[in-house]
Amino acid sequence: MKILVAVKRVVDYAVKVRVKPDKSGVETSNVKMSMNPFCEIALEEALRIRESGAADEVVAVTVGPAQCADTLRTALAMGADRAVHVDAGAAPVLPLSVSKILRALVQVEQPGLLILGKQAIDDDCNQTGQMVAGLLKWPQGTFASKVVLDKAKQVATVEREVDGGLETLCLDLPAVITTDLRLNQPRYATLPNIMKAKSKVIKKFTPEELNVEIKSDLEVVQVTEPPKRKAGVIVSSVDELVDKLKNEARVL
Amino acid sequence: ISTLVVAEHDGGSIKPSSLSAVEAAVAISRENSISVLLGGSGPNLGKAALHAASSHPLISQVLVADADILMHPLAETWAELVHLVQQKGGYSHIITASNSFGKNILPRAAALLDVSPVTDITEISEPHLFVRPIYAGNALCTVRYVGKDPCMMTIRSTSFPLHSDLAEPKSDAATISQVDLSTFNEESFGKSRWLKLASQDTERPDLGNAHVVVTGGRGLKSAENFKLLEKLAEKLGAAVGATRAAVDAGFVPNDLQVGQTGKIVAPELYMAFGVSGAIQHLAGMRDSKVIVAINKDADAPIFQVADYGLVADLFDVIPELLEKLPEKK
Repeated sequence: MKILVAVKRVVDYAVKVRVKPDKSGVETSNVKMSMNPFCEIALEEALRIRESGAADEVVAVTVGPAQCADTLRTALAMGADRAVHVDAGAAPVLPLSVSKILRALVQVEQPGLLILGKQAIDDDCNQTGQMVAGLLKWPQGTFASKVVLDKAKQVATVEREVDGGLETLCLDLPAVITTDLRLNQPRYATLPNIMKAKSKVIKKFTPEELNVEIKSDLEVVQVTEPPKRKAGVIVSSVDELVDKLKNEARVL
Repeated sequence: ISTLVVAEHDGGSIKPSSLSAVEAAVAISRENSISVLLGGSGPNLGKAALHAASSHPLISQVLVADADILMHPLAETWAELVHLVQQKGGYSHIITASNSFGKNILPRAAALLDVSPVTDITEISEPHLFVRPIYAGNALCTVRYVGKDPCMMTIRSTSFPLHSDLAEPKSDAATISQVDLSTFNEESFGKSRWLKLASQDTERPDLGNAHVVVTGGRGLKSAENFKLLEKLAEKLGAAVGATRAAVDAGFVPNDLQVGQTGKIVAPELYMAFGVSGAIQHLAGMRDSKVIVAINKDADAPIFQVADYGLVADLFDVIPELLEKLPEKK
């Protein structure tokens, strides 16, 4: 079985983002970019499934401009067997179009499992996995915190983090899984593997070659700073705190 | 303008988060014809429909989809249900709360309808103009939907609070009608099976809707010490929350996590004990009305957003609070 993993290049999670003065977006030039942390977890899960013998190939895929090839090199260095880069140019691509591109790639690659991060930490959309599952009419296990694959029965048992607890689903393969933080701890790429990754193949497509029309039915009007909370007062004792909460804030 | 609210119900009542979605529908336009969709089976479904019909004066219709396959919130069936209801109703907007139910279902339904959904809306300026947080709330993005109908969205419940006058059920209840499921597209059904839900049974209020939240961070040091917080929560009628650091350290389960990757809360009173104030945690609680921080470290970033800060050892403060706080009426 083959596993397809979608990865996204985003502003590194440790960077404090700054809104551009012209309100067109956040500053991304001269800012460290990395693989979206949820995508690292998705890739790690795929690699572990391959290492357990339940899959034999892991293919990493990304959609975005030329620089996204770096993210695929990282995926290859972590252990993906090969990679696919759909170069959609510099303009941002909405999750709906990304889903259509992924559907087209699924038709090319015929994987048994498509794993994605539950959301990207830039636009925080949390949509792509659900949307591609809908387009493919595949079952979906979103926000997974545990995945157990039964190769003989061709099913995946997925534990999901939902409001108020953990839900368990059983999905027939092929299926889509999106990853939550607690699924695993992603590995680091070692130097020898980074060297090896340089000779692995990245196949390129354009959306046109996959017969996908990029649709933009949602426009960004402006991006602004959130209102700042001003720091309050430091109280000196529990008595003063209880008094303030009772008589000033009136929340007790 | 007509809006379909995809709602959840529990124990014979429509959930508060779904009523927030109704409030969001009202924010789109006062002249909005609002239909509420409920699904499932059994006697609680009928009760919930009655409750929904009289829960908000601007709800005009309650649609009931009664089928065993809708018992569990599987995205495969629910997305097809939304698709089916939209085909018949031709709504201009479809709304659901941005929780694990809504986020799982709505994007899938949007893909079936070939439109781009808008996630996590916190403000509705015009029927197609919305504000939503990005980068974990470190920036706010105003977006305009320019596609075909329906405009599909998930809303943050905390941004659309319920109006208190809703406590009185109104007399002229909305009409209740059954959804005709004879044309249900069952192609993707049966490929996923719901096995179980392991829930934490608790008497305390739900984290997402509680008026008071007490949260513990890594400073609590152990799962055992979280019991102290639980006592405090009981006294205050509060929900217990935790930081990602406390969850990662194994002190508490992940469904208590407050933050970008956990729950977004906006209670009247938020009390943080031993919480440093990481960006991703602040993203989950910055809209709270009054924030209190108790931390030994005077330089902890949490103090920059707290209305009241107390630099002290939480293990001294909690017992003292237990003694000095008034009993919850």
